[in-house]
Amino acid sequence: MNNVGLLTIFMLSIFVGFEVISKVSAVLHTPLMSGANAIHGIILVGAILITGSAQGGVQLTLGVIAVVLATGNMVGGFVVTDRMLEMFKGRNKAKAAVAAKDDVGGPTT
Amino acid sequence: MSTATQVAYFVTSLCFILALKGLSSPKTARNGNLIGAFGATLAVVVTVAQRGLGHRPLIIGAIVVGTALAIPAARLVKMTAIPQMVALFNGVGGGAAMLVALDEYVRLHTVDSTAAAIAVAFTAIVGSVSFTGSLITFAKLQELMTGRPILVPGAQIVTCAVGLGAVGCGIAAVAASSVPLAVICTGLSLVLGVLFVLPVGGADVPVVISLLNAFTGLTVAASGYVLDNTLLIVAGTLVGASGTMLTQLMARAMGRRITGVLFGAFSGPSTAGSTAEVVSSDRAVRSAGADDIAILLAYARKVAIVPGYGLAVAQAQHTCRELVDLLESRGVQVFYAIHPVAGRMPGHMNVLLAEANVPYEQLKEMDDANPEFSSTDVAVVVGANDVVNPAARDSVGSPIFGMPILNVDESTNVVFMKRSMRPGFAGIDNALLYHPKTTLFFGDAKDSLSKLVAAVKLL
Repeated sequence: MNNVGLLTIFMLSIFVGFEVISKVSAVLHTPLMSGANAIHGIILVGAILITGSAQGGVQLTLGVIAVVLATGNMVGGFVVTDRMLEMFKGRNKAKAAVAAKDDVGGPTT
Repeated sequence: MSTATQVAYFVTSLCFILALKGLSSPKTARNGNLIGAFGATLAVVVTVAQRGLGHRPLIIGAIVVGTALAIPAARLVKMTAIPQMVALFNGVGGGAAMLVALDEYVRLHTVDSTAAAIAVAFTAIVGSVSFTGSLITFAKLQELMTGRPILVPGAQIVTCAVGLGAVGCGIAAVAASSVPLAVICTGLSLVLGVLFVLPVGGADVPVVISLLNAFTGLTVAASGYVLDNTLLIVAGTLVGASGTMLTQLMARAMGRRITGVLFGAFSGPSTAGSTAEVVSSDRAVRSAGADDIAILLAYARKVAIVPGYGLAVAQAQHTCRELVDLLESRGVQVFYAIHPVAGRMPGHMNVLLAEANVPYEQLKEMDDANPEFSSTDVAVVVGANDVVNPAARDSVGSPIFGMPILNVDESTNVVFMKRSMRPGFAGIDNALLYHPKTTLFFGDAKDSLSKLVAAVKLL
């Protein structure tokens, strides 16, 4: 693709990035940061591509390490975000349980 | 690139936008994250399956190794350690981007595009800064090193020199397409990342993690430009833009400016903080045992719990809930007052309390909690310090002046549960500790709360 096309995509992405999170409560700052962190793990695709076309030991070594690190970023990022958000779901369930049974006593986790 | 691959990348880009959108509302957050994970998996599978990809077994092996390392790390980490885990994952992402750039440098002899070369240099520099910077924030939060700002006289000049050196080498490496220069540039950038984060301390660390997160996003976008891959451009730019926005929101929630965070606004007045510490060490404090405090709580009408990082470290959120339930059964009205940066990151405390099944109605955000304190009989501060320090409101010279705080000093009595008289994460003394209406209860948060539970039961 030509440079102007790429630049257009770049500019539009900036605006979308600002727009989608412009009003977010402080409660979600940590999960959101973690989720965004997982998304940039997509550098894995770049790492795979350069490893796939690597010639010689140096390129291959750099590529393979990059694949391992990027996988860690992506997989770890999504899993840790999900764990955080699981807590929020637990809270809603607890709320529902309290409403239904009016039973507050006893730890459930 | 085949049409099928391009379509898959398009779907993934869409998934990422929806993921970020979903993550900004509590109801849709979990689904948003899953959509993002689905999109990422799709892109990776399609890329690996692409025709003509060399070294496929090796790549799949590397992905398996990375997954095998990441999942246990992400699953087993304690909820209190989440912020440093995010920092670590961000760091390895930055490291990956840096390696991709270096790899491009190695083959750049054959690429004849200045714009691509500049993008490669940008990725190498910013990716390296993100890598080492994140590792230092990890070490700070994990308490492998001091969480305080590390300030060396003249450090800013050194940092500037290293930064300029890195950029200079980067430009020279582009101009001469020289691999050794690119390696020097990367080395200097790695040092720059360390120097960049060392002067940042205390409650500012999470803001820097968020900023480094945005940096990594931009390096991914630059790699996308080099590799002519629109998915990387879209995903990286999304993270870069939303990360910048998030950094600003976080800084604002703490009443801080980004520039102040980066260039160590804590640096100037830190001497004032230390003198206050010397003066205060002579001042008297009032401490009490579990029985006295139990009576105070059990016969109060309205009690506020102000949880902080100390509660999280001691894993005391369950014991805390037990105490609250006990008090409520005696007819005491109890609420939790949650500061936006309670814990170590914005929203961290809400996650921890949700883990302990604390009912949502009992949690009050700062703006809702502050009007309540004047009618509160006892405010119990469990392992928090900076977020209730009146200096942030009253003392213009204080390093934390301007940070919004919970006005616990307006309640009739204040009980501080602390391990010791040590100042909080920001390293600033708290005058409220010496106030006549304050009672201190020393000990580990969990032990103290268990003792209180036992004492209240006996009443």
